[in-house]
Amino acid sequence: MARPVQYNIYGQTDVKLVKEGPEGYMGEGFFGTSLDKVVGLARKNSIWPLPFATSCCGIEFMATMASHYDLARFGSERVGFSPRQCDLLMVMGTIAKKMAPVVKQVYLQMAEPRWVLAMGACASSGGIFDTYSVLQGIDQIIPVDVYIPGCPPRPEAVIDGILKVQDLVGKESLRRRNSDKYKQLMESYGIQ
Amino acid sequence: MSDHHIKLPEGSIEKQTTTLNLGPTHPATHGVFQNILELDGERIISAEQTVGYIHRAFEKIAERRPLYQITPLTDRLNYCSAPINNMGWHLTCEKLLGVKTPKRVDYLRVIVMELARIADHLICNSIVGVDTGAFTGFLYVMQYRELIYEIYEEVCGSRLTTNIGRIGGFERNFTNTAFEKLEKFLKEYPKVLKEFENLFNRNRIFMERTIGVGPIAADRALNYGFTGPNLRAAGVDYDVRVHSPYSSYEDFDFDIPVGSTGDCYDRFLVRNQEMWQSLRIIEQAYEKVKSFKGKEAEVFHADVPEYYLPEKKDVYTKMEALIWHFKIIMGEIDMPAGEVYQAVEGANGELGFYLISDGGRTPYRLHFRRPCFIYYQAYEEITRGSMLSDAIITLSSLNLIAGEMDA
Amino acid sequence: MSLSNDTIKQRLIEKFGDQVGHFEEPYGMLTFEAPKDLNLKVLQFLYDDEELAFRFLTDLQAVHYPDNKGRELAVVYHLHNLVANVRIRFKVFTDINQPDVYSATALFAAANWMERETYDFYGVNFVGHPNLKRILNVDEMDYFPMRKEFPLEEQTRVDKDDEMFGR
Repeated sequence: MARPVQYNIYGQTDVKLVKEGPEGYMGEGFFGTSLDKVVGLARKNSIWPLPFATSCCGIEFMATMASHYDLARFGSERVGFSPRQCDLLMVMGTIAKKMAPVVKQVYLQMAEPRWVLAMGACASSGGIFDTYSVLQGIDQIIPVDVYIPGCPPRPEAVIDGILKVQDLVGKESLRRRNSDKYKQLMESYGIQ
Repeated sequence: MSDHHIKLPEGSIEKQTTTLNLGPTHPATHGVFQNILELDGERIISAEQTVGYIHRAFEKIAERRPLYQITPLTDRLNYCSAPINNMGWHLTCEKLLGVKTPKRVDYLRVIVMELARIADHLICNSIVGVDTGAFTGFLYVMQYRELIYEIYEEVCGSRLTTNIGRIGGFERNFTNTAFEKLEKFLKEYPKVLKEFENLFNRNRIFMERTIGVGPIAADRALNYGFTGPNLRAAGVDYDVRVHSPYSSYEDFDFDIPVGSTGDCYDRFLVRNQEMWQSLRIIEQAYEKVKSFKGKEAEVFHADVPEYYLPEKKDVYTKMEALIWHFKIIMGEIDMPAGEVYQAVEGANGELGFYLISDGGRTPYRLHFRRPCFIYYQAYEEITRGSMLSDAIITLSSLNLIAGEMDA
Repeated sequence: MSLSNDTIKQRLIEKFGDQVGHFEEPYGMLTFEAPKDLNLKVLQFLYDDEELAFRFLTDLQAVHYPDNKGRELAVVYHLHNLVANVRIRFKVFTDINQPDVYSATALFAAANWMERETYDFYGVNFVGHPNLKRILNVDEMDYFPMRKEFPLEEQTRVDKDDEMFGR
């Protein structure tokens, strides 16, 4: 016997608590909507991240993956370490110039559609290390979708960043990866 | 490929060795360092290490910053136990300046450092568990690391890279909430540690995977410059807290756990036992802190006018406080000239700070003696002849933190 | 039982005469200097002697003094006697135009990477080192970054405005 469910919203009767699905035409046994909305919905709730953890932000990521600030409830249950199998490259930590070719190679090995998340100040812009050996932000070598500032960002900020990525993934058009604008973006980074 | 001819051992069925790149991005290397392994089947013949993938030039940055601006850099050395690095740096500065901290400050520092040591050992041991396939231990103890992070937040405001304390003491007195959280930790954590030990210590699979794996003899370890739990697992009881006590460690009663063979199982057990000893130290320190009453209980820093910011109400009303505030913020304080070496017992070993000052505003030369950098050299000798999966376990049980290795 | 700084100083002067000098004790740690040709002999003596027994190399690094002509680079060894719990510091000076110093790798295996790091940062050439190449910086780097004449920041970056950052 299920216990009665309580919602923590008072005074609003007609509220939609969870955006269940995309808009479309519903009927008995069918649901009509556009393909990219459905694909976006499926993709955004099952992102497989690749944690590219280099330093302190990696430890905060471990805390985010652990049970207190669980990241798995947003669909990222399986973190993979193989770029061929992952959707989201999360670069966490300082990227030195020695490491930059490695990041580029990992990015190139990922299959489309792929997204990049720069976590922390060091990955976004070099952070506090304005030195000869640190790459001043990974957007010098790969295109980045979401930046999470912080040194290190709190796990809540990381979850916020992942939700923003989910937003981007859900709203992305199916033709984006073949469009001219995207090709220009890739060429500006020297990626074919 | 293998262009240097490596002689295959007798009885090998292979014609040449396989080169395997245990590269900078690998789930088993916790941190970025690379190993190029030459394998004969599954046995490792030789290993070549490459480090420097996260070299951030701390020593060069430190030549540009006044003393209190170097504390955030030291955070990022061994970022799993950042308060120990911070305290070590403050002790170095206090040695240079000739500052004596009051006892209450010392005891509070001991509490913070031992909490950091527990946090670091928890990560190391649970990751050894994850590498052998046991994910539960990791999730279970990360919950208690969150409690430690909450205690840090009460004291200094941030979780991981804490920048805790100032030259001479702490930036603010520990609030009652901080002590309540500490009491909660002291009450709940021993049960958790016992359960964690029950999961691993007599677990058949874990024992088979770690006993006899990656041993190192005590004299080789000493020659390689090992310190910390890795050296203690090999049988040498060298602990900086006992040999060169700092921050009133001589007032505490604790044991140094020592292993015998220096293999991964010994390292695991030594780290577990060190956590029990850290709990003992924290309990004693907390009792001592509680015993200060009245005016003494308000003391949280020594009197260092040149480096410790004066209280805001004094800055607004008194002339000297205003001038000191201005000079400190603008970085116009000159240091006494001299050279000082101070070592603290970090979670990985002896973390040393060698500071040369020429009387200017910033250090002339600052060098960090980083234990991870020094003992990673021995990795080839430790893993020669073992199998590939054993090499992975050895790597994680040595507790290599890339930030400390490259600095 | 306890080894005092004076005893160490006495033994060193007995063995090496006036080649070791500049004895100081900043903050309680005995510091002395020897010519660079003798560095291995001094280290070996400190290692083998039963009373001195400095068998643990804590640290090895270099300092650049651009103003001391002829003695610009100092290689500093920190040694520790674990049994008697005594630390000493031993310095060796070398000219920057010919920075050759004998390598201590045969005596202390710990010196291997520490010397590579010193070479990487300062260009000190350790004679007899098994594998002297750069360790922390990129292999293609052609200068020695920790020397005082080189700047901290990378000069070709365009996104950080030096005036705003106070440089």
